[in-house]
Amino acid sequence: MPSEPMTPLLDRKLVVVTGKGGTGKTTVASALALLAAGQGKKVLICEFDAKGELAGYYESPPTTFKEKEVQPGLFAMTMDTEASLREYLKLQLHVPIVGRIGPVAKAFDFLATAAPGVREILSLGKICWEVRDGDWDMVVVDAQASGHIVGLLAAPQAVNGLVSVGLIRTQTGWMLEMLSDPKITGLVAVCTPEEMPVSETIELADRVRAETTVELAAVVVNRVLPELFGRNEEAVFEALATPGPLSELDGLVDGDAGPLLDAARLAVTMRRTRSTHLDRLREGIDPGVPLLYLPYLFSRSHGLRTTKQVAGSLGEELGF
Amino acid sequence: MATRTGRGAKDVPGDAPAPTLNSLMATKEIVVACGPGGVGKTTTAAASALMAAVNHGSKVLVLTVDPAKRLANALGLDGIGNTEHRVPDSAFTSAGLKPRGQLWAAMLDTKESWDSLIRQHAPDEQTRDEILANPLYQNIAGRFVQSHDYIAMERLYEIHSTGEYDLIVVDTPPTRNALDFLDAPERLADFFSSRLLRWLIVPYRSKLINVATKPFYQISDRILGTEFMGDISEFFILFQTMYDGFVERSKAVGRLLSDRRTTFIVVSTLEATPLREAEFFAEQLTERKLHLGAIVLNKVLPDYLQGRAGTKVAEAMKDRAEDLAAELAPRLGAAGDQLGDPTQIARVLTEVADSFLNFQVVALREMEERASLAVAPDVLATVPFFDTDIHDLNGLLRLGETIWD
Repeated sequence: MPSEPMTPLLDRKLVVVTGKGGTGKTTVASALALLAAGQGKKVLICEFDAKGELAGYYESPPTTFKEKEVQPGLFAMTMDTEASLREYLKLQLHVPIVGRIGPVAKAFDFLATAAPGVREILSLGKICWEVRDGDWDMVVVDAQASGHIVGLLAAPQAVNGLVSVGLIRTQTGWMLEMLSDPKITGLVAVCTPEEMPVSETIELADRVRAETTVELAAVVVNRVLPELFGRNEEAVFEALATPGPLSELDGLVDGDAGPLLDAARLAVTMRRTRSTHLDRLREGIDPGVPLLYLPYLFSRSHGLRTTKQVAGSLGEELGF
Repeated sequence: MATRTGRGAKDVPGDAPAPTLNSLMATKEIVVACGPGGVGKTTTAAASALMAAVNHGSKVLVLTVDPAKRLANALGLDGIGNTEHRVPDSAFTSAGLKPRGQLWAAMLDTKESWDSLIRQHAPDEQTRDEILANPLYQNIAGRFVQSHDYIAMERLYEIHSTGEYDLIVVDTPPTRNALDFLDAPERLADFFSSRLLRWLIVPYRSKLINVATKPFYQISDRILGTEFMGDISEFFILFQTMYDGFVERSKAVGRLLSDRRTTFIVVSTLEATPLREAEFFAEQLTERKLHLGAIVLNKVLPDYLQGRAGTKVAEAMKDRAEDLAAELAPRLGAAGDQLGDPTQIARVLTEVADSFLNFQVVALREMEERASLAVAPDVLATVPFFDTDIHDLNGLLRLGETIWD
């Protein structure tokens, strides 16, 4: 283990965000990009799996392969392997096929399916190219879910092992260098304090270390429930919930306070169950990797307002 | 095949009762659980399979194809392998259960499944060994996601055709991948029958290069290098020997998915994003003329959170916390006692009220989402929010019972 301190998250030029499905991966990625842009950085965020959801987090028009400014200093794009190929052919190989991409793209699509890693290299290549040659202070990738991220990040090595010459080989060389440099590239894993997401995050951290050269820069713990009662307050709550005081309370508020106490009990149990998973996460992740906590948002909607809220919480966690 | 004891639709002609998950699982042979990630799909699949095994007296297999190996956790079993394992009687006994049928479980190991497929289809030992040793093959089989989708369906087909099980419940990767996996058999068939493959497998460098194919080779060469192109071509020459078998198989898998004996359960929560994804998936199923059997909504907050009466009480509790605390203090403890401290009681009342109002926002939004659900499956089931995690048969059973009838 290197003993030098980790590069702060926002000082990295390439941040790849992953996480188990349903944990808020896109929320965190979009908030992180917004936070960086708010710090005066020129930021590109790229949605990798083309679900077309990213735009909703900024309430912007749909994102495309060509980046668009969605917030001041913040540009968003959606990955498109074929468009990436077209751009690559044009810029790197000077192949003039723009007008007749059809059959060639189809052929390449076929080849990309047949030859493992080619698709991954094309999308990752576009990102690395933006980091190296684009006019960005930071590039944030809303990447695949944790089940598939290792395949993506390990693709340059895999292809390196298969291909000994050719342009792809040249490409993977410098991409690998960029991805392996913890001063440039960092992976962020998003999870929630629940059983399966925590198990998967620990498993992911192990696989990333074993199978890729990318550094896990942070784990974001999303949807952390507030502690309902402080010291001694729980005893007061329990006393309140006994039949006598409860029926008196019912009378005082002229209604049924029972559901409120049930809801409070549910909230306390949820928080408590989750805290055991948090403990497990802390034990399972390399202590050098910072854990960033984001509060549960009781609105459950998403949109620019939520993204800003999350960016604010993320900023607090990062010490801004 | 063992006889099933569940009430099938044909037992009740005329005045048929509303379908339930129970009746669905009694009449189908394959149940595919799909939906977005993180909604409890694996758990729902396992719980449904368990319910069928317990109640129907059938031999049930739950097959997880999720790359994250979670079914083992959910079933309280360690390391379920690629081969099917019976959930031991002792696991049921210690859960206080006496199943009428049997529950089996298997987890998909992509690499192992591909290998076994090659062994099955290879025309001779030499081809088999050459394919298994080919570096390209090893990468396709072990590492890359697309191959996972195909092999999942292939394995489902294989297991189904053994006739070993009355019911197979399949857990799938998250939505977008689930769509891929529906398309996988067809895509693979397309892939193998495409003209491009023919070009590739003409021994490299000796092929007839015409006007149409020339740019393809030029570009491929420049990008991938001649040697890699040679490797690819060699791999497909080997693979070609299994071509017919594969295409046949892919088509059969496609037919099985659209067969009347197969149904799909879409699993979601009532959060906006996963629900939209689930709806999208349900629409796709219908479009493909696949059977949308049920939608299961997980982690739904309790009904009591929705009541307007509760809102009124909460507001009163917040607004008059100090007065209420003063009134309640003597009932809770003596003066100077911890429990009788009005400030502390007021704080607790405020916390309780705030927390209720917070969760109510979420609960009402969930109700709204549910009301605006745009698809109509045979069965719509809701699973309440469980305050503990599910990691044993009892937990699965508790969940299963909420959606069964």
